[in-house]
Amino acid sequence: MSNQIIQGVLLGGYYALIACGLSFMFSVMRIINLAHGSLAVLSAYALWWLASRFHIPPFAGLLIVLPLMAVIGWALQRFLLERSARGGALLPILTTFGLAIVIDNMLFEQFGADTRSLAPFIGSLSYDSWEWPGSIYVGKLAVIMFFAAVVLLGGLQLFLSRTGLGRAIRATSEDPDTAGLVGVDARRANAVAAAIALVTVGLAGAFLGMRATFDPYAGTPQLLFAFEAAVIGGAGSLWGTLIGGIVLALAQTLGAQVHPQGFLIGGHAVFLIVLFVRLSMAGLSLRSLFNPPSRSAS
Amino acid sequence: MSFMAVENLVVRHGLLQAVRGVTFGVERGETLALVGANGAGKTTLLRAIAGAHQPAAGRVLLGDADLTSVPSHRRVGMGIALVPEGRKLFVRMSVEENLLLGRTAGRPGDWSVDKVLEMFPNLKPRRHTKTGHLSGGEQQATAIGRALMSNPDVLLLDEVSLGLSPLIVDRVYAALQGLIRSGTTIILVEQDLNRALSVSDKVICMLEGRIALTADSKSVSRDEVTKAYFGLHKQKAEPA
Repeated sequence: MSNQIIQGVLLGGYYALIACGLSFMFSVMRIINLAHGSLAVLSAYALWWLASRFHIPPFAGLLIVLPLMAVIGWALQRFLLERSARGGALLPILTTFGLAIVIDNMLFEQFGADTRSLAPFIGSLSYDSWEWPGSIYVGKLAVIMFFAAVVLLGGLQLFLSRTGLGRAIRATSEDPDTAGLVGVDARRANAVAAAIALVTVGLAGAFLGMRATFDPYAGTPQLLFAFEAAVIGGAGSLWGTLIGGIVLALAQTLGAQVHPQGFLIGGHAVFLIVLFVRLSMAGLSLRSLFNPPSRSAS
Repeated sequence: MSFMAVENLVVRHGLLQAVRGVTFGVERGETLALVGANGAGKTTLLRAIAGAHQPAAGRVLLGDADLTSVPSHRRVGMGIALVPEGRKLFVRMSVEENLLLGRTAGRPGDWSVDKVLEMFPNLKPRRHTKTGHLSGGEQQATAIGRALMSNPDVLLLDEVSLGLSPLIVDRVYAALQGLIRSGTTIILVEQDLNRALSVSDKVICMLEGRIALTADSKSVSRDEVTKAYFGLHKQKAEPA
């Protein structure tokens, strides 16, 4: 059992990485980015392309891909999300849904339906492990992912709390109009936040490609795991995202012990339980979700 | 030419014209009080000067610079700071963080966190407290301090006494007296007529989006302002 728990915790690091950008974007810009998983897969493809075409190892490729993802995030916010946000809360969700379809099909057209992986380009790291007491084998890549998640979340937390730009981003997320009145350029703060979110997505995409295979349509399950981890951890909370990722991964790992199909079901079950608990704590019942109150009070 | 001026300013909220062709000027170091009934357009006018509302017509000038199309965050950098009605603090952030945000525009000057805490000593023990947990008076002091941190040339104060007990209002105005003496240009919206007249050099009474009375605060009578407040005052015709 202790082996499953350790493997679950380490897998939680990956989920925290992939959920980090989603949670960050939601907390700052109040946008649920449905293209999140597809953007991670785009990053994995970019690294794969650099590795297979120019023999640039994936970790070195990150030096090219992460700045590129930051630029994509900046442009995405400035030219797409900012404009769609003016049309109400639903429009950015639909916009990112459309963006996901565009990215998926663009990748399909460019790279075909074959599955790819970055594992062949990172040597033995993809399967090497350390042996711990009690015959517990801990994958080196899993440990790297977990510490990458801790460093990333800790770094983001420090950035938001200790720097002027971080404070400006937090102020913008709280009240963009008042942020402007104290001298914060809310458009710039949102664009920087989107760039940061996409950098984290790029990193998550890299680890996705290293730990597993991916294809042009691999974004949807990644989005689902990211969404579940973010909701379990409390959307918008950075350290909550890590806890959410660990809880999701533990539920999946332990679920797989109960039944071969239990991996996904375990995760979904915990997600739904946490969601319903949160809804009930917020004073919302299941019935109210399906029968929203009428707008006009008689 | 006035240090700061608005010319024929018109501001609309949808179909409603909240400010209707307002023109006035403020000299450097002067304190101007805007008074008037609820809905007279005082807050809208102040917010338009700060850049929170885009005017439908007219101009906002600071010295030679036309600020009319300048966004609010850049106006802070040019020397205009607003203490908004209702304080509008970032409640998930501490007092210190709110104050440091006021420095975002990067305008050079004397104001620092320590200087603000000296001006409002009651904030000292609350420096790291989230502003959502502060009392009304502490919140107002933080809001004023945040505006001062941008080292403004023109400080816009919107109903700083709203919702505060008389004792706290006295403390806030005692602190403001220091600012007035230091020569900061101030435009303040105030419901308390006596207080408005006592702290200001000039008073403008607004009625239904227009200026009903402009007068020297030291020479105008309370009765005269009250008449303008209720639309009973007849503004002298401008000489042709």
